Amino acid sequence: MRPPLLQVNDLKKHFPVKTGLFGRRSEWVYAVDGVSFEIARGETLSLVGESGCGKSTVGRAILRLFDITSGQVILDGQRIDDAAPSTMRQMRRRVQVVFQDPFSSLNPRMRVRDILAEPIRNFGLAKSAADLEMRVTDLMDIVRLPREALSRRPHEFSGGQRQRIGIARALAAEPELIVCDEAVSALDVSVKAQIVNLLQDLQNKFGLALLFISHDLAIVEHMTHRVAVMYLGKIVEVAPRREIFAAPRHPYTKALLSAVPVPEPGAERNPIILGGDVPSPINPPSGCRFHTRCPYVFDRCRTEEPQLRSSGSEQWVACHLDALPQG
Amino acid sequence: MALLEVDNLQTHFRTPGGINRAVDGVSFHVNEGETLAIVGESGCGKSVTSMSLMRLIPEPPGKIAGAVRFLGRDLLQLSEHEMRAIRGNDISMIFQEPMTSLNPVLTVGRQIRETLMIHQGLDKQAAEARAIEILILVGIPEPKRRVREYPHQLSGGMRQRVMIAIALACNPKLLIADEPTTALDVTIQAQILKLMLDLKRRVGAAIILITHDLGVVAEIAERVMVMYAGRKVEEAPVADLFRSPRHPYTQGLLGAVPRLGSSLTGTARRLAEIPGQVPDLRKPITGCVFAGRCSLATDLCRQYAPGLEEKGPRHVAACHYAIKGAAAA
Repeated sequence: MRPPLLQVNDLKKHFPVKTGLFGRRSEWVYAVDGVSFEIARGETLSLVGESGCGKSTVGRAILRLFDITSGQVILDGQRIDDAAPSTMRQMRRRVQVVFQDPFSSLNPRMRVRDILAEPIRNFGLAKSAADLEMRVTDLMDIVRLPREALSRRPHEFSGGQRQRIGIARALAAEPELIVCDEAVSALDVSVKAQIVNLLQDLQNKFGLALLFISHDLAIVEHMTHRVAVMYLGKIVEVAPRREIFAAPRHPYTKALLSAVPVPEPGAERNPIILGGDVPSPINPPSGCRFHTRCPYVFDRCRTEEPQLRSSGSEQWVACHLDALPQG
Repeated sequence: MALLEVDNLQTHFRTPGGINRAVDGVSFHVNEGETLAIVGESGCGKSVTSMSLMRLIPEPPGKIAGAVRFLGRDLLQLSEHEMRAIRGNDISMIFQEPMTSLNPVLTVGRQIRETLMIHQGLDKQAAEARAIEILILVGIPEPKRRVREYPHQLSGGMRQRVMIAIALACNPKLLIADEPTTALDVTIQAQILKLMLDLKRRVGAAIILITHDLGVVAEIAERVMVMYAGRKVEEAPVADLFRSPRHPYTQGLLGAVPRLGSSLTGTARRLAEIPGQVPDLRKPITGCVFAGRCSLATDLCRQYAPGLEEKGPRHVAACHYAIKGAAAA
């Protein structure tokens, strides 16, 4: 049997920070602290959670934009977290990224033609100059931008158009997985819809897998096959879309979903309003990390950390309460 | 009499590329204790409108024309000195970014006290006591300690609570909230929206809420005004607007947002796209501002700008083809 496209095992990434007077004291930010999941070919997995939960750090670790503290990242059966630069180069082609901010993620000095040609040249994908030109113009058609725009520079485009260029650049390398790090968050409502539709079309056309990192739950529900909910560097619940949105089991998932304002005036809603703020990832709470804000907290939560468990289904939950018999 | 009446507001900016008509002839009113939402996408002029009401637009390069009558007085005719007595007192404002709108080198307590001492003539002790009361009102734990802290010691949600505390310090009659929850996480956004609703009930201020988030609008607004390219294109009571939007742009906006739970009810569908982009406001626009992106547009639309017409009870839209009557979809 073929291994899943991407496997992440017990991924940890801790960043050092200097605190105290003159930065003499060194502490650690536990940005991602033991995260495991898989992505199948052609599947969309969404990572959701609030600022500072570590969702972007997971994305960057998979892209190997930095070395991880411990754990494994396995692409198509091959470990990439410790791969040598020469093997890593070929692996990089297979995992591409679209960033949030279309203004700072494109080189302002390069023409669109060169932005798109660079990955094709880097990975030696074009057989000839004519082939390169054909690939570049094809990419423009795929992301629905006019071919004449190839000789323009990024500043001449609107935010939505730049995001299309960013997507075309990711596609140029013929990847199998694209990490979309808040790729539609900065866009206006009407443009967001255009880009979401484009991503869905591309996924169907090329069988792409997507790691869709977002805090916008309505967009996630619209796009995704499975969802992993993160809180303070841990996954608290991971399940197929239907389970997450119909029957969330972790108290944090429930609160997160109920907090989303619904565009229907007078809609019957009972939002669970969590008290307080997300604790600092420098000194995460003991036991269950959510216990400081959880409405159902009991003694065991403060001391013992709950593990991700499933009751036979594909819905995995890290909560002591969930392990108790339902009643 | 309405609390605030805005009549043909025009805010233009001189730029190297020509005159930018950021707000071009917008009229609306706000009644006492009412919540009006102004919605639209980036560059539609919603923030410039709110800044113009408070006269926070630098002139030049900006130029504000029209009338902004607050309790019958035209704010645009007041001297800067008279205007200062109104800002932060009768009308106050909350901005999107709580970090940049608080002064980083002054304690939270001092920033709340300042408003009270200037507008209400309280002495330092009285202002301090009142500041603590207000912090309790906006739900900040340990207010006695917090008044001595600096903005960087607070989280984003706490800072926004402090901003609200400053805005409410003088019991304003009108609160202008410009994207008050956009920079916040969804669980914190829920806290702040609940706080704003509670405070509105208790303090009774009218609110102008500026946002691009239709969910937030549905949650707290009573009336909604939709702006596009510097003009008002539609206005209606909130339920009416969501149930039967008349302007093609409003219809497009509502169709472009996915609804939470749509995958469960089987109502999931491809998102509606509004093709094209917002027109360049530095070039004069003849005809309807939305004509370039509208599927219904005809030569009539491209030549003659539609006026705001009554399409239903308290429901106006600027479209030649919008359907009248209550039963339209």
